Amino acid sequence: MIGLNHYLLLATILFGIGVYGVFAKRNAVAILMSIELMLNAVNINFVAINKFIQPGNTVGQLFAIFVIVVAAAEVSVGLALIISIYRQKKSVNLSDFNLMKW
Amino acid sequence: MGITLNDVVFVGVSGLTILAALGVVLSRNIIHSALALILAFLGVAVTFFQLGAGFIGLVQILVYAGAISVLIIFAIMLVMNVDAAQTNSPNPSRATQLWGALVALLLVIGLGGAIWFSELMPVLGPLPVADAVGAIAELLLGNYVAAFEAAAVLLLLAVVGAIILAKGVEEE
Repeated sequence: MIGLNHYLLLATILFGIGVYGVFAKRNAVAILMSIELMLNAVNINFVAINKFIQPGNTVGQLFAIFVIVVAAAEVSVGLALIISIYRQKKSVNLSDFNLMKW
Repeated sequence: MGITLNDVVFVGVSGLTILAALGVVLSRNIIHSALALILAFLGVAVTFFQLGAGFIGLVQILVYAGAISVLIIFAIMLVMNVDAAQTNSPNPSRATQLWGALVALLLVIGLGGAIWFSELMPVLGPLPVADAVGAIAELLLGNYVAAFEAAAVLLLLAVVGAIILAKGVEEE
C-alpha cells in the first residue's frame, strides 16, 4: 500500500539526483535543469503532505503553485543571463564564468 | 492489504521518473538531457494526478513540460557552439564528481532513512475537499492575495528583466 513514506522517498531521490547534477556538471544550462529537478521534488513533498496530513484544505497545493511561479521566473532570468554571458565569452562552461572575479 | 492498481502505477511511474532524472544528469549530450527532463516532468505530473491534485498536474504539464522545456531547448540551441556529443560532459575533475556523488548519496541515505523509519500515521482528518480548484481559488484571492499579487509582480519583473538581459545593451 502506497503511503506518505513512498512519496517522500521519491522526492528525496529526485532531490539527490538534482544535487549530484549541480555538483558534477559544468554546463550552466545543465545546472539549471538540475535545479528544476530539485524544485519538482519539493513540489511532490508539498502536494503529498497536503494530501496525507491536511486533506481538509489545499494550502499545500497553493504553495506548490507559488513554487512553480518562482521556478518559472528563475529559469527565465537564468537562461537570459547564460545567453548574455555567452555573447561575451562564447562559452557556457561555468569554469569560464569569472566576470565577477578579479 | 493487497496490491492495488494504484500501487503498481506508482511504482512504474516513479521508476520511470527516477530513470529520466538520472538521464538528465548522466547524459553527455545536452539535447538528450533536455528530452529526459521533459519525461521527468511528465512523470512528476502523473504523480500529482495520483495524489488527487489534478490542477497542479495540469499546471505542471503546461508550465514545466510545455513552457520551461521549450525555453531550455531554445537556450541550448542559441548557445551551442561545439559538437552536441560533448555539450554536457561532466566536470573533468574526478574529485568534484566524487564529492557530488558523495553528498547526494549521503543526503538520500540520511533523509530517506529518516523518512523510512519514522512512523507517519495516516491522519483521520476531515474528508478531502471535493472541489480542489475552487478551494485553491478561494485561498489565492482570499488569505493569500498579497502573496498572489507579489508573485504576479515577480513574474512580470522576471520576464522584463530576462528580455533586457537577453537582448543586451546597444552600444551607442
